[in-house]
Amino acid sequence: MLLARVERLGERSLYILGDLGRMGIFLLLAVGGLFKHPFRFAEVVRQTRLIGANSLPVIFFTAAFTGMVLGLQGYYTLRQFGADSALGSAVALSLIRELGPVLTALMVIGRAGSAMCAEIGIMRNSEQIDALECMAVDPFRYLIAPKLLATVISLPLLTLIFNVVGIFGGYVAGVTLLGVNPGAYFAGMAQSVVDADIRMGIIKSLVFALLVVWICTGRGYYVHAIRGAGFGAEGVSRATTQAVVFSSIAVLLFDYLLTAVLL
Amino acid sequence: MSEPIIEFAEVVKSFGSQQVLAGADFAIQPGRTTVIAGASGQGKSVALKLILGLLKADQGRVRVLGKEIGNLRGRALNELRMKFGVLFQGAALLDSLSVMANVALPLEERTRLKAGAIRDKVLATLEQLGLSGHEDKYPAQLSGGMKKRVGLARALMLQPEIMLFDEPTTGLDPEKSLEIYRLFLETQRQFGYTAVIVSHDIPKIFNLADQVIVMAGGQAQSFASPEDIQRSNEPAIREFVRITMGNIYLSRDAENDS
Repeated sequence: MLLARVERLGERSLYILGDLGRMGIFLLLAVGGLFKHPFRFAEVVRQTRLIGANSLPVIFFTAAFTGMVLGLQGYYTLRQFGADSALGSAVALSLIRELGPVLTALMVIGRAGSAMCAEIGIMRNSEQIDALECMAVDPFRYLIAPKLLATVISLPLLTLIFNVVGIFGGYVAGVTLLGVNPGAYFAGMAQSVVDADIRMGIIKSLVFALLVVWICTGRGYYVHAIRGAGFGAEGVSRATTQAVVFSSIAVLLFDYLLTAVLL
Repeated sequence: MSEPIIEFAEVVKSFGSQQVLAGADFAIQPGRTTVIAGASGQGKSVALKLILGLLKADQGRVRVLGKEIGNLRGRALNELRMKFGVLFQGAALLDSLSVMANVALPLEERTRLKAGAIRDKVLATLEQLGLSGHEDKYPAQLSGGMKKRVGLARALMLQPEIMLFDEPTTGLDPEKSLEIYRLFLETQRQFGYTAVIVSHDIPKIFNLADQVIVMAGGQAQSFASPEDIQRSNEPAIREFVRITMGNIYLSRDAENDS
């Protein structure tokens, strides 16, 4: 009984170690794929449209309501201390340092990361990746690198858009609906937000982009190696679930680590 | 006899605790057609992936065109793979590309031909395989037989020395299967490639074969004809014959008895 448990634990540990090793090698090969010829410029543009431009509606919607909620919560909290004029800086700092990068990454995981994982997983299952290798075409250069570059381009831009829309959402709630002075809203923001805050947001969004594309495409690429899933629809379904869960956790974990390092 | 183009020597391959190949030995001569047959799970597709370098043997040697493919990496492996054409079981066409783009892919990626020359070459091959007018369709819009023909067209683009066919007629009706075999014979005559066919289409596929390799019990045995297989005394081979060629085998036994 005890021996069986120890055996299972050992087996599981070996599987996790193997999985981490595979994913580590995958990241190196994916980054290496960026520097191999021929460079697929048109595919990078197409992926930027799919991952970036097509995510704009969901980013607008999420940012607007996040900003409005921050405006509401911030106003009633700050008013208790007679500091409602600081609403602009509270909304802007919350968005630029934390909520903008994190929520944008989570939205991109849900909208584009899951799709990337399913696409690569289906390509693996239907031998399309094997076919590329047999034609002497590097799948990392051909498939993964354009997605990687497109995500690294898109996510910081989406984060900046998220921040701007969120700040206007806070303005609508705080100034238009609750009567905070518009001059105080923007003046407080201009005084409190410094370059380092914007730099922190951009660094975070770049790191999150790498995490999202690494985990989402990696789970799809190794769909056949997921324990107990095997090939087929169930494998893709499990890989997609893992991609969304693992990359969301990774974003939150790295958000803490980066904040601790950069503050 | 000339140097084998593909050679397995004492090849062992396991997946976890399951040993699929247990010291498999066989050789394939250039310019000939070899059929790899065997029941499910006997390592036919594993053998194909070992030949392509998609898997590595745990023990033993897999030599392809005089090179041990398990030891090749990067450019050397790619150069060797460019001498292969592969028709996968489900054709393995890239879903996001049109027929034209799928067939043009090896030329775009692996040659310096201009776009116009690639287009001309692709259109000529598509016409030869009866696919004219379908260039702009996507794989999801094609029938199973058409997908296989597009897969064959793509595999032939780099004029391979070795063509590997993984279950080329699976999922096709008898008429479409015959069409695939006809195209196979035509293209082999034209390009002169060495063909390796993994197939369940037994005994029909034997009409095309110069050599038959039966995979059973982790071993591979070579036979010159279907009759040789039927004469084998190996229990695993006899079981394979009973399952796949039962009618012929039984009728010939009955003839001998009478």
